[in-house]
Amino acid sequence: MLRRGRLFSKLTSFAAMAVAMVLSSAVAPQAASNFNAKDYWLDNGLQLVVIENHRAPIVTHMVWYRVGAIDEYEGKSGLAHFLEHLMFKGTSKMEPGEFSKTIAKNGGQDNAFTSSDYTAYYQNVAADRLELVMSMEADRMVNLDIAEDEVAAERDVVIEERRSRVDNSPSAAFREKLSAARYDVHPYRVPIIGWPEDLKTLNREDAMGFYKSFYGPNNAIVVVVGDVVPEEVLALAQKHYGVLEAREIADRFHPPEPAHTEARRLVHRDPRVRQPSWNRSYRAPSVGTGNKVHIPALEVLSEIVGGGSTSRLYRQIVVEDKLAIDVGSYYSHGRLGPGTFALYAVPVSTDTAALEAGIEDVLADILENGVTAEELERAKHSLTASVIYAQDSGRGLANIFGASLVNGQTIEDLEAWPDHIAAVSYDDILAAAKHVLVAEQSITGILLPPSPEQPDAGDAP
Amino acid sequence: MIRRVLASLAVLAAVFMTSTKSRAVEIQEVVSPGGVIAWLVEDNTVPLISVEFEFGGGGAEDPEGKAGLSYFVAGLLNEGAGDLDAQAYQTQLDDRAIRLYFDAGADTLSGSMQTLSENAEDAFDLLGLALREPRFDTDAVERVREQIFAIQRRESEQPRRIAAKHWLKNSFGEHPYGNSRKGTTETIAAIKRDDMQQVVDQRFALDNVLIGVVGDIDAETLGLLLDAAFADLPEEADRRPIRSTSISKETDITIVSKDVPQSTVVFGTKGLRRSDPDWYTAIVMNYVLGGGGFSSRLMEEVRRKRGLAYGVSTYLAPRDRAGLYMGSVATQNARVGESIAVIRDEIARLANDGISEEELTDAKTYLTGSYPLRFGTSDAIAGQLVGIQRYGLGMNFIDRRNDYINAVTLEQVNRVARRLLQTEEFYWVIVGQPEGLPEDLTQSLAN
Repeated sequence: MLRRGRLFSKLTSFAAMAVAMVLSSAVAPQAASNFNAKDYWLDNGLQLVVIENHRAPIVTHMVWYRVGAIDEYEGKSGLAHFLEHLMFKGTSKMEPGEFSKTIAKNGGQDNAFTSSDYTAYYQNVAADRLELVMSMEADRMVNLDIAEDEVAAERDVVIEERRSRVDNSPSAAFREKLSAARYDVHPYRVPIIGWPEDLKTLNREDAMGFYKSFYGPNNAIVVVVGDVVPEEVLALAQKHYGVLEAREIADRFHPPEPAHTEARRLVHRDPRVRQPSWNRSYRAPSVGTGNKVHIPALEVLSEIVGGGSTSRLYRQIVVEDKLAIDVGSYYSHGRLGPGTFALYAVPVSTDTAALEAGIEDVLADILENGVTAEELERAKHSLTASVIYAQDSGRGLANIFGASLVNGQTIEDLEAWPDHIAAVSYDDILAAAKHVLVAEQSITGILLPPSPEQPDAGDAP
Repeated sequence: MIRRVLASLAVLAAVFMTSTKSRAVEIQEVVSPGGVIAWLVEDNTVPLISVEFEFGGGGAEDPEGKAGLSYFVAGLLNEGAGDLDAQAYQTQLDDRAIRLYFDAGADTLSGSMQTLSENAEDAFDLLGLALREPRFDTDAVERVREQIFAIQRRESEQPRRIAAKHWLKNSFGEHPYGNSRKGTTETIAAIKRDDMQQVVDQRFALDNVLIGVVGDIDAETLGLLLDAAFADLPEEADRRPIRSTSISKETDITIVSKDVPQSTVVFGTKGLRRSDPDWYTAIVMNYVLGGGGFSSRLMEEVRRKRGLAYGVSTYLAPRDRAGLYMGSVATQNARVGESIAVIRDEIARLANDGISEEELTDAKTYLTGSYPLRFGTSDAIAGQLVGIQRYGLGMNFIDRRNDYINAVTLEQVNRVARRLLQTEEFYWVIVGQPEGLPEDLTQSLAN
């Protein structure tokens, strides 16, 4: 088979996440154990996590803030991400652009990304430059002073970013429509990059106000992974972050999404589409909402249902019935708001009725007859093996720890993860499947090319 | 002023490139009992092994009318081998959490395997089976064929892919470098099982493979496993000769009209091959022009000053038998002419006026200081081992590489800039509804 994820929609790579616009699904705690992570709290409320990784003389330094697109307000969508851009535009001590230029002059790479739930900044540098990057991040944590004459051009940059990411891509434009249809009130309905009309209005005052409401040491987690000694990192952190005063951080209130009472469906035709796509997502527990008891079982279930080319769906739908070219599932639970248990397929034709029925049959069979002992073992082994694979990448670990902790999980949660996976039983899976695979809690999205026979076929009931 | 302090700290820090606790990358050349050669970096930090390998000859060696064959074969190599059909083979991999993928570029057909060290023996056995006895069962062939068609359709929705495809086709003409590595609907449809077997028979040979291994394994054990995977391959490959080539253009700009709000632009000119004596100089030059992330001249002019694009970048794209220097940008239709004008001005300015001493220093500090970042994961290191072998750079290359960068002089950069950066030589493909294009550039339209 061709490498999954590279080709189709599954977002599994650091790159996919780092480019910012994704609700972090795959980077959520797919792994962690025996990482020997050191966890410190500074007096001002800043959390520091240090993991040693001595493969190369490098270090990844990340600052994660507990603020994201869901903390924006009406008419100012895209503000969290806009501020992320403007964080490179000067402080009371640094010129606009000087941050990244200084990193580059030190052989480092830096960037940032904004999610619905969080915002993160990172530098990958030689390990002996850690103090430099810490001093700079500490500076912009409290001293941001955006140069006014940089704002207009940067707003244009973000508008171009939106065009590149969303408007030029029929599938991304469709994903945006789907999110808006999936949530009635929860802010996940709003795109992280922002609606075009809102983007035009974003200004310096908005950004500085948002910054003052949410940035500060007591709303940040610093993650350091690499060729370092934890006690030395702690000393540096105390020197640079520890001296900052805690700030008043605004309350985060996100209206809860009510229970849905009927299955939703969005069929969209776009003249640019050449390859149809089909997906369905069920509302599911997350680390922030819902019944967390089911989370490990749903991770195993997702692996069994659509985790690879030996999964139930792939064998039945692609290999046996030839209704799709690819099919799979993923479970996004590392979020503050509702999680999703999602299925996707690349249909062989624009008539997706048989495909959908086939997928529903596979789910019905699991609900009726459960999974096999062999499937259960393979899925657990695959998930626990991913813990070892995850240890290979310092950057990957920094992302896993940051994304998990910023949404309220603990080091202990991550360390215990393999045990929770190993403990999942046949009955747990059945219970979790019954809890989540409920039609009324689902939305099905179908993206199609225009139909010559039915030119006005739009959103079906 | 803290700003000053930070800046001077940066310069000081750049001088001391010491590591704290990490081990150096120690490469061993392993020759197996069966004569298979691999480069190994033993590292027991994590109980896993990464293997990267490549066979010479990729999409450019696909037969006439069969473009995409190498890519097609790559998609089938883990779809059944020996006694195991596709599902049985994949089950063997999944049961052991072995990750095995193949891919094909223009010049190589490559593989990537990761396994927990406890499953190493099975992993290398399964790999060997795939290389010696791929089944190419009809069922799997048709499934992967449909997957490639779907990928082609999906890519035909993506402006960047469309632009790159036109750029290569129009620049290389009939030379196979003009073909998409994934072929076309027609060429993929024309490929038969015999064509696939021929790729295996002709290219999978001991004198045509480069292997890099990193992880929790010693040289002796690796030798035995290498034999299980590779030793039974034929001694010599029988590759299709490909002529060296260069690019040409009929007009300066090709416009692919598409109803989208933003124009995507791919541009490029003659570059240089990896073996070119000017290689490191060109790396430095490119960093200054458009390779240096937020620090490049193009990012400064196009993004920061004018807000014309989210990103603009340039890169060297060496192939075995041609060199390319490429770049891309995406700007709203109404202002894309301005983007192109700014980029052309910067290209001309660098060619005419060269770079400054400060830019040279900054480029060197970045390029040398960031080199260790390429060694962050075992598969990345294994990939480096293969790349160093491919270009015959020698086992001590990792130690010497930064010396090559540091040896580049201002005069060399300015000479190479004059060599590569001739604005009239650049060819631009634009997908969108561009407005305000420079009037001195000739245009053609494509579908």
